[in-house]
Amino acid sequence: MFGQILFGIMALVIVVTSIGVVAVRNPVRSALNLVANFFALAVLYLLLYAQFVAAVQVIVYAGAIMVLFLFTIMLLNLGAPAELAERFEWKRPITWGLALLFVIVLAGGVFARLGEAQPVPDNIGTVQMVGKYLFTDWVYPFELTSVLLLIAIVGAIVMAKRRL
Amino acid sequence: MTSTFDLIWVVVGLPLAGFLFHAFVGKRVGKKVVGAVGTAVVLGAFALSAYLLLELLKLPAEEQQIISKLWRWIEAGAFKVAFEALIDPLSLLMALIVTGVGGLIHLYSTGYMADDEDYPRFFTYMNLFIVFMLTLVLSNNLLMMFVGWEGVGLCSYLLIGFWYKDKVNTDSANKAFIVNRIGDWGFTLAVILAFWTFGTLNFAGQENMFQRAMEMHQQKMLSAGIITAIALLLFVGATGKSAQFPLYIWLPDAMAGPTPVSALIHAATMVTAGVVMVTRCHVFFELAPAAMLVVAVIGVFTAIFAATIALAQTDIKRVLAYSTVSQLGYMFLGCGVGAFASGMFHVTTHAFFKALLFLGSGSVILALHHEQDMRRMGGLAKYLPITYWTMLAGWLAISGIPPLAGFFSKDEILAATFGTHALPVSMGQILWAVGLLTALLTAFYMTRLMGLTFWGEPRWAAAHAHHGKDDVHGHHGEPKESPPSMTVPLMILAVLSVVGGFIGGFAPLHIPNRFEAFLEPSAGLKVLGKQALGHLPVSVEWMLVWASVAAAVLGIWFGWVRYRRGLPENERELTGVRKVLYNQYYYDWLMVKGVGLWLGGRIANWMWQFVDVRLVDGLVNGIAGFTGWVGSSLRRVQTGYVRNYAFTILIGAIVLLVWLLIRGASAGLAR
Amino acid sequence: MEAIPISWFLVLSAFMFAMGVTGVVIRRNPIVIFMCIELMLNAANLAFLAFARQQVQLGAQAAGQVYTILVMAVAAAEVAIGLGIIVAIYRLRDTINVDEMNLLKF
Repeated sequence: MFGQILFGIMALVIVVTSIGVVAVRNPVRSALNLVANFFALAVLYLLLYAQFVAAVQVIVYAGAIMVLFLFTIMLLNLGAPAELAERFEWKRPITWGLALLFVIVLAGGVFARLGEAQPVPDNIGTVQMVGKYLFTDWVYPFELTSVLLLIAIVGAIVMAKRRL
Repeated sequence: MTSTFDLIWVVVGLPLAGFLFHAFVGKRVGKKVVGAVGTAVVLGAFALSAYLLLELLKLPAEEQQIISKLWRWIEAGAFKVAFEALIDPLSLLMALIVTGVGGLIHLYSTGYMADDEDYPRFFTYMNLFIVFMLTLVLSNNLLMMFVGWEGVGLCSYLLIGFWYKDKVNTDSANKAFIVNRIGDWGFTLAVILAFWTFGTLNFAGQENMFQRAMEMHQQKMLSAGIITAIALLLFVGATGKSAQFPLYIWLPDAMAGPTPVSALIHAATMVTAGVVMVTRCHVFFELAPAAMLVVAVIGVFTAIFAATIALAQTDIKRVLAYSTVSQLGYMFLGCGVGAFASGMFHVTTHAFFKALLFLGSGSVILALHHEQDMRRMGGLAKYLPITYWTMLAGWLAISGIPPLAGFFSKDEILAATFGTHALPVSMGQILWAVGLLTALLTAFYMTRLMGLTFWGEPRWAAAHAHHGKDDVHGHHGEPKESPPSMTVPLMILAVLSVVGGFIGGFAPLHIPNRFEAFLEPSAGLKVLGKQALGHLPVSVEWMLVWASVAAAVLGIWFGWVRYRRGLPENERELTGVRKVLYNQYYYDWLMVKGVGLWLGGRIANWMWQFVDVRLVDGLVNGIAGFTGWVGSSLRRVQTGYVRNYAFTILIGAIVLLVWLLIRGASAGLAR
Repeated sequence: MEAIPISWFLVLSAFMFAMGVTGVVIRRNPIVIFMCIELMLNAANLAFLAFARQQVQLGAQAAGQVYTILVMAVAAAEVAIGLGIIVAIYRLRDTINVDEMNLLKF
C-alpha cells in the first residue's frame, strides 16, 4: 500500500518533470527539472530493490552530471531568456504526436504480454552483491569502462585547452 | 575402330600439310620445291581417293555410305555436330574431281606462274583451297559443309585478289566475297530451319535429316511451307556460290585473278559446290516440288541469259566465265527436273572441258604476254599447235558434238527435262526448248572464240609492237608454245574431254548408264521414285538426240561462217545490241551502283543516325545523366541540421516498432 | 508489501524516453539537447532494472543492476566530453544554436 502510493507520487513527479525538461524555455529551469526527475527516479530504484544503484544515481547523476550542466550553462551565460527566436516549425506538433504514438504503442505492447515480478532473493541490490558480480562475471566491461573514463579525462583536457 | 576409310583424313591432310609447308617455309626453299610439293600433295590425295573409291565399290550398294568421325566438335545440349566425313559415291566423285583436275592445274601453275615473285603465296592459297573444298564435299553435316563453303569463299577472295597491288583486282575480290555472303545468308537460315525442324544436321548415319524428313512426310507431319523454305534457302546459298541469276555478277569480275585460279575455282570446283549441295540434299528438294520448279526455271533462265551475254564479250576469259555461268544453269536444270545424277555428270564433264578451255586460254594469254582481248589475237593455230589441238577438243566437247563428253551429259539433261514428271506444271517441253536454244548459242559463241583466237589473220603483231604493259621479256617476234608443265595437263584434259562421256551410257542404244548406277546410293530419287523421271519411248529419245546434234552443228556452222576469217569489221567497236549484251543488260550496273551503293548507302546512313546516335548513344548517355540527376536530387537530404536527422531517425524507429509489434501480434504471441 | 506490476515501470520508462526524443528534435540549445539525451539514458536504466526484477536467477537479476552502473559510467564520460565540445564551439562561433552548425551540408 505504502509502496503503491509512493510509486504513484514519484511517477507523477517523473512525468511532470520530463515534460518540463523539454518544454521549458529557460535552460537553467530545464536543468532543475531534470534534477528533480533524477531524485524521483532514485526512489523508484529503491522500490525495485536496487539500493546501491539508487545511491549511485543520486551521487553521480544528480550530484555530478547535473552540476556540470549547470556550470556550463552559467559559463556560457545562457541563462537569459532571450533564447533564440522561436518560429513555428512543423516539426513540433508532429514530434509531439509521434511521441504520443510511441508511448501508446509501447504501452500496448507491454501490457499485452508481460509477466509478474519474481520473488525477492536475499541480499539483492546491496553493495556486496553488486560488487561481487561486477568483479567476477562482469570484470571485462568493468575494466573497459575504466579505460573509457580515462579516455574521457584525456579528451576533456584536450577540449579545454586554450589553443586547440 | 579404324578402317581403311579413315584414310580419308589423309586425303584432306596432304594438302593441309602442303599449305603449312608453303606458309612457313615456302619463301625459303626455291620455286621448284614449292611447285613440286604443291602439286605432289594434291596428286597424292588423288591417288588415295582413287584407292578409297575402289574399296568403296567392293561393297554392295546399300552399304556404300561410310562415316568416319574425326572429332566431336560441338555438343551443346541437343545440338550435336561432329567433324565427320561421309564416304559415299558422291563425295568420292567430287574428291576425285577436286584432287585430279586440281592436281593437273597445280602442275600447270608451276609453268604459268613461273615468273611471278609471289610464287610461294600462290601455292599456299591453292593448297588451302583444296583443303576447304575437300571439307565441303566430304562433310557429313550441313555445318561442316558450311565451314568448307566459307573456306573456299575465303580462298577465292585471296586468289582473285592475288595481284593485290592493282585496285581492280581487289575490287573484284571484294565483290566476289560480298555477293557470296548474300547467298550465305540464305544458307545459314536454311541450316537453322533444318535444325529446328529435324533436330540434326547430319546427312547420313543413325540420326540424319533425310530420314527424319521422309518419316515426317509419311506421317503427314512435315509442313510443305517449312520444307519448301529450307530447300529454297539452300538454293539461295547455291545461287551465290554457283553464280546463278541474280547473284552471278561476281563471276565475270573474278577473271581478274590468275588463269589457273579461274580454271580451278571458277570452272571446275568451287562453283559446282552449289550443285553438289543441292544433290546432297536432293531429298529436301524432292519433298518440295515448288522448290524444284524454281531451281529448274532459274537454271534454264541463267543458262540462256549468260549465253546471250557471252556472244558479245571481247575478253577471252570473260567469254569462258559467262559460259561457266550458262553451263551451271544446265546443271541446276538437271537437278530441278529430278535428274540429279545427270546434273553431277555434267559437273564432271564440265570440269574436264572447262578447265581445259581455261588452261588453254591461259596458254594463249601467256604466249601473247598477258593479252586477253580477242580482238587483238588471231591466226595462232600454227604458232601454238598443242594448245590449238587441245582447245579444239574442248570446243567440240562443250558444243555438244558426239561422241565427246559434253554431248552425253548435255543430252542426258535435255532428255530428262523433256520427259520429266517431277515438276508440278508440265513445263518440261518449254524448258527443253530453251535449253536447246542455249545449246545452239553455246556452240556459236565458242566457235566465235576459236575463230577470233586461232583462225584468220594474226592481229597481234600490230598490238604487240606498241605493247608496253607487261613486256618483261621485251622480246617481240612470234608467240611460243608453252612449256610441258602447261601442255601436259592440257593433253590429259583433252583426252578426258573426248572419252569421259562414255560412262554415261546412251539410252537410245540401250547402253547402260554406269554413271547413274554409280551415283544411285547418293543421288537416287528416294521420295519420288524413278518414275518421276519419265520414260520416253525410244523413238522420242532418238528425236531428242538428233535435235541436240542439230543445234550444235547449226551453232558451229553459223559461227564458222561468220568468224572463220577472224574478226568481222563491225565487231571492232562495241555498239548497239552488242553493247547492251556486253554490259549484261546493265544488270550488274543496276545491282552494284543502284542497289548496293545508293540503297545500301541510304540504309547505312539511316542506321547510323537513328540506331547508333539516338538509340545507343542516347541510352548510354541517358543512364549516366540519370545517375547524375539522382545523385544531385538525393544530396538535398544532407541538410547539415542535426535535428532533422534525429527526426528522421525517430520516424524510422517508430515504423520499425509498429511493424515488429504487429508481426509479433499476428504470430500469436498475445497473451 | 504488494508488488507493483512491472508493466507500469516500463510504461514510465517509455514515456521518459519519448520525452527525451521529443526534446532532441525540438530544442535548439545543444545543452538542453544533451539533457534530453540524459533523460533517455535514464529511461533505459529504469527499463533494465524493471526487467531485472523479472528474471528468475540471482545472477540475471544482478546483471540488470550491473548494466545500470555501467550505463551511468558511460553517461558520465559522454557528458564530460560533450560539454567540452559545446564550450569549444561556443568559443569559436560565439553561438551555440544547433541550426547554425551545418558545415556538413551538401
